[in-house]
Amino acid sequence: MADVAIENISKRFGQTQAIRELTLNIDDGEFVVLLGPSGAGKTTMLRLVTGLEHPDSGAIAIGGRDVTREAPGLRDIAFVFQQYSLYPHLTVFDNLAFPLRSPARRVAEPIIRKRVEQTAELLHISSKLNNRATRLSGGEMQRVAIGRALVRDPAIYLMDEPLSSLDAKLRAELRLELKRIQAELGSTILYVTHDQVEAMTMASRIGVIKDGRLLQLGTPREIYETPVDQYVASRLGTPQINFLPAALVPQVSAPAGTEVVGIRTEHVRIGQPQSGGMVGRIHRIEHLGEQNHVYLEYKGQTLITLADPHQPLKSGENVEFSLVDPLYFDAAGRRIATTVH
Amino acid sequence: MAEIRVQDLRKSFDQFTAVQGSNFTIEDGAFFALLGPSGCGKTTTLRMIAGLELPTDGRILLDGDDVTFQRASARDIAFVFQLFALYPHMNVADNIGFPLKCQGMGRREIRERVAETARLLRIEHLLQSKTSKLSGGDRQRVALGRAMVRRPKAFLMDEPLGALDAEFRHLMCNELRDLHDRIGATTVYVTHDQLEAMAMADQIAVMNGGRVEQIGSPQEIYDDPASMFVADFIGSPSMNFLRFEGALHAGDRTITLGQCTLAVPELRQSHAAAPLALGVRPEHIRFADAAPLRGRVFGTEYLGTTQIVTVDTEHGRVAARLPSRTPVQTGESVGLAFTTERLRLFDPMSGLAIQTANHGAIGHG
Repeated sequence: MADVAIENISKRFGQTQAIRELTLNIDDGEFVVLLGPSGAGKTTMLRLVTGLEHPDSGAIAIGGRDVTREAPGLRDIAFVFQQYSLYPHLTVFDNLAFPLRSPARRVAEPIIRKRVEQTAELLHISSKLNNRATRLSGGEMQRVAIGRALVRDPAIYLMDEPLSSLDAKLRAELRLELKRIQAELGSTILYVTHDQVEAMTMASRIGVIKDGRLLQLGTPREIYETPVDQYVASRLGTPQINFLPAALVPQVSAPAGTEVVGIRTEHVRIGQPQSGGMVGRIHRIEHLGEQNHVYLEYKGQTLITLADPHQPLKSGENVEFSLVDPLYFDAAGRRIATTVH
Repeated sequence: MAEIRVQDLRKSFDQFTAVQGSNFTIEDGAFFALLGPSGCGKTTTLRMIAGLELPTDGRILLDGDDVTFQRASARDIAFVFQLFALYPHMNVADNIGFPLKCQGMGRREIRERVAETARLLRIEHLLQSKTSKLSGGDRQRVALGRAMVRRPKAFLMDEPLGALDAEFRHLMCNELRDLHDRIGATTVYVTHDQLEAMAMADQIAVMNGGRVEQIGSPQEIYDDPASMFVADFIGSPSMNFLRFEGALHAGDRTITLGQCTLAVPELRQSHAAAPLALGVRPEHIRFADAAPLRGRVFGTEYLGTTQIVTVDTEHGRVAARLPSRTPVQTGESVGLAFTTERLRLFDPMSGLAIQTANHGAIGHG
């Protein structure tokens, strides 16, 4: 395993500036997730690190070695793609062993056996080693695809939305597994996704990326609790953060320069009279099971927040609510720091 | 507008029985979801209601009229498919008006109806646009408009949002439900996505293996699942099942889970000694040092407002939803306490819930 230093990288494709002066340092053993919508430059970043693309300017170092001009094969990287492609005519064992049997590597067969068995155990697919790859469920296939990267013990793993083709349950299960494996092996992973839940649950640090620019890098908690701007604030959290013009909520003591108040569900207290004196009308209640989404109309704006499903709220009703420690943003959308946190 | 009644509905394809004896009534004006995994028979049921498939047995009543063997076109029902096909060479207004043109309606009336439909869907500004220029959401709105313009008695929708990405799907869910509230037409909605069903429906029928496992309001189904299948299918993360062996006696208020005695809602049913499962939702678990049931933290998942903490116990792995302020270390030993009145018991052999005092008593208030 190794650290990765990405220094001031830019990359343009024709008219499109895909990556803009992006600097990102990944520590040895760190799980960094780049989070952004499609077209943000996530996949381009991975391709630059692998060497499938070359930057127009800037440098990339892996384990302290400048690899900017190196061919992909020399960089000691393992890549897991969105769509798992296994060799259908081979068994799970042979699929896992394939990268080690490459003529360039010359690994002895007993060592191959040992590594494959260790990897299979880690991924809980030991009992499937002799199965044909096509005889597996979707989740097992994706584990084999991840396993094929893990057998090699490279300097860094690059993963491009490896869980997105799986159904919700499997995705949740593999999220936890991948995090566990990463922690056990101490692997360095650069992972890209547009799924905020994957980013929040797995990352040591999240890099929020938009239009080829890295907007913020920090732990999930830092990004969620102290986002640099409104865009980053809206990337994390379900339901999405609500933004109200500060003029509509004179009740909160906002710091000077506040134009917009950012309200997450945990900042709203519903139905506690004498609290803040704001009154909203419940437009709709949506069931999620463990919680309800409450759509609260307030001075022509709609706030979406969560409430206990057994709290007696009805649509059409007026309720009193108050705000506790919301986020504050200036005219440019930058967050204004408060001393509350 | 219409009430839809389905009686002993059965459908077999050769050896395979897709739907086995469904019974339910969809009230006039209700938003009714058929929810289940692929292959559970939900789409076949919908196609029988539409008249696109003939049942092997059973009856379908539309506003009291037996329509079981009526042609689809005679049923006055509109079907919205997953993949919305619009006529690419026509503009939005012509696409929406097309079904009326086919009926031979006069131009002026068509124009009025199209305008009214567009107003309901809030797409008046798009009426003259080419359909090829529309965004995914607007295409979906136009497809809906084409279904609405005939003013059918009921709408049948087969995963209409299935092709959209998650964020946008949620937006369209809101829009569909708002639209339903405005026009009040009976809607039957097929989906495999529990969140869609929970968010929109008045009533949900959960299907599995061709059978309706439970019908109820979203909260009833969530709080009081009739079977382990329903408990597992609804909720994310889904309900935890702690496995244990024991006998149950009606009137008991505790169960014995290995070495621990746990309070549960009063049992209404006795059960001979057998493997059993205690069902507990992630948000009804909290950490308590003094709790007799202990486990080791396997992992935590930060979600902002809350975190999901996975704990390995002697009775299986459980996921707990805790406030994200609660400090948790991977590997630490923790005591688990449950919200007693929310606990449910199941017989894993039959998969059915064991009756307790709380059944049917909550979720209505």
